[in-house]
Amino acid sequence: MASLNVRAALLSVSFLILALGLWEMATQPPEAQTGLTEYEMLMGGAEQESRVPPPSAVIKLAWAELSNPFYDAGANDKGIGIQLAYSVYRVLTGYLAAMAIALPIGFLIGMSPLMYKALNPYIQVLRPISPLAWMPLALFIIQDSDASAIFVIFICSIWPMLLNTAFGVANVRQDWVNVARTHELSPIKTALTVILPAAAPTILTGMRISIGIAWLVIVAAEMLVGGTGIGYYVWNEWNNLDLASVIFSILMIGVVGMLLDLALGKAQKLVEYKE
Amino acid sequence: MSKSFLEVDGLSKVYPDGQGGDLTVFEDIRFALEKGEFVCIIGHSGCGKSTILNVLAGLDEASAGNVVMNGKEIKGPGLERGVVFQNYSLLPWKTTLNNIVFAVKARWPSWSKEKVKEHSERYLKMVGLEHALNRKPSQLSGGMRQRVSIARAFATQPELLLLDEPFGALDALTRGVIQDELVKIWEETRQTVFMITHDVDEAILLSDRIFLMSNGPNARIAESVKVDIPHPRARATIFQNPAYHKTRDYLVDFLVNRSGSALPEKDGTPKIAEPAKGVTQSTPTPAEPETQSESDTAARAVNA
Ligand SMILES: Nc1ncnc2c1ncn2[C@@H]1O[C@H](COP(=O)(O)OP(=O)(O)OP(=O)(O)O)[C@@H](O)[C@H]1O
Ligand SMILES: [Mg+2]
Repeated sequence: MASLNVRAALLSVSFLILALGLWEMATQPPEAQTGLTEYEMLMGGAEQESRVPPPSAVIKLAWAELSNPFYDAGANDKGIGIQLAYSVYRVLTGYLAAMAIALPIGFLIGMSPLMYKALNPYIQVLRPISPLAWMPLALFIIQDSDASAIFVIFICSIWPMLLNTAFGVANVRQDWVNVARTHELSPIKTALTVILPAAAPTILTGMRISIGIAWLVIVAAEMLVGGTGIGYYVWNEWNNLDLASVIFSILMIGVVGMLLDLALGKAQKLVEYKE
Repeated sequence: MSKSFLEVDGLSKVYPDGQGGDLTVFEDIRFALEKGEFVCIIGHSGCGKSTILNVLAGLDEASAGNVVMNGKEIKGPGLERGVVFQNYSLLPWKTTLNNIVFAVKARWPSWSKEKVKEHSERYLKMVGLEHALNRKPSQLSGGMRQRVSIARAFATQPELLLLDEPFGALDALTRGVIQDELVKIWEETRQTVFMITHDVDEAILLSDRIFLMSNGPNARIAESVKVDIPHPRARATIFQNPAYHKTRDYLVDFLVNRSGSALPEKDGTPKIAEPAKGVTQSTPTPAEPETQSESDTAARAVNA
């Protein structure tokens, strides 16, 4: 009997074929009929235009796009690779900035009940705000659409990292802290050699949640600010009524999001420990 | 009175009792340890043994009294005092070796990498773990983890070693093996040790003196029992010594019958007891079966 993995893979492929098959059939153009009414003849072409494209068309387009992902033929015609790179660049910039702030402050809050009590009300109010709600304010203050998008990423990825860091640090086992104390480690050394590794799995969980949210938000943000990026690309192709491109870029958003998550998952594995 | 290595003077610990009043767990604890002594402390659960040990370690603060070691008052934790916790307290993300290396580095920051490693390996070898250097604590059994923890404490060569029920969580067989190792490593190093245990046999095997605590609240260290059995001792042969049985009976009697009411001397120092004084140690006569089984049952009741 084949292993579980092989059987799962076979099943996955059959689901894919089934789904693509149904999709292909559902989107076939109506058969040319002999007795078309005048009205149908008039509308026929237009109806075909607005039809959801079949998977074969999407695959053909994907092949063309992916064989030359980085071409640049002017403001409104860039390869999918370039658009994705813009989005990833914005996500990573905002995300790293959030990390630089969230980790130290999270540490501080986790170590000091006083700071926790003092800062918690602000966190509780700011955290539930939809990141896109910041956009107008960001555009007004920063006066730059690109930087505003990065700011929105920054603001949405900061909370999970901040809260998880604080939680992880606050819940480091007292025994381990006592080990550091009986060995007379300095506060910095205690933070780096005992508290950080002890809290790392919790911190990484927060970072993984953050990157997921950031990737969700960038698409919406780019639809708003325009210019470049995968979010803008989707919106632009929709305006062009090029649905094959829309479907193709939706799939690419999923793939890149998965890769980002995989990378953080790998990092999480590295810092995990069993008690 | 000449100054001892460690002097504990009038220690007490008071907690709020939750109804607006105070609960004095223990009070006026006075004792002294000499350099190179192995002292165990026995008492019923909750009388405050761990609290006393944590005060000595500098991890907890007493409500009154002070502790002076080498003429200096103990104010916080320090490397000259090593602690072995009941739950091992190894850092789970570090390997066995690195758990020791981390401590040795903290103790001697100027040592070279090679020297630190060589020193750490030597102590792991002493507890028979040279084959498990690169395993993580989660891959070790409870007994092995406690060995690492003991190796870590001895490797930093503290002036005072504090052990809080180090074998409490181990099964009887493993406990016996590690007790033997502790005897061996102690005979080699002759470090000053202060240890909490619930096990009367363990206390006799290891200690020069045994402190007996009365029950809380307001617990005291009522007696200091001398163990008149020469070193080196071994778990397998110590039973043949008549002094062993005398001492054991004395301890069990205290724990079963007298721990509720026992008091120290008027000046607060523990009463000195020498239950095996004058017992000839060269002629091993087996103890009467009747008394032995009786005290066995009692000891088990205490251990439970
Ligand atoms: N934070 C606290 N508040 C109130 N009482 C406390 C607190 N911590 C400890 N105690 C009390 O102090 C007493 C002594 O505790 P301790 O852990 O030192 O006892 P112990 O002798 O080590 O007991 P065991 O043998 O079970 O380990 C206990 O009766 C406990 O109820
Ligand atoms: Mg205890």
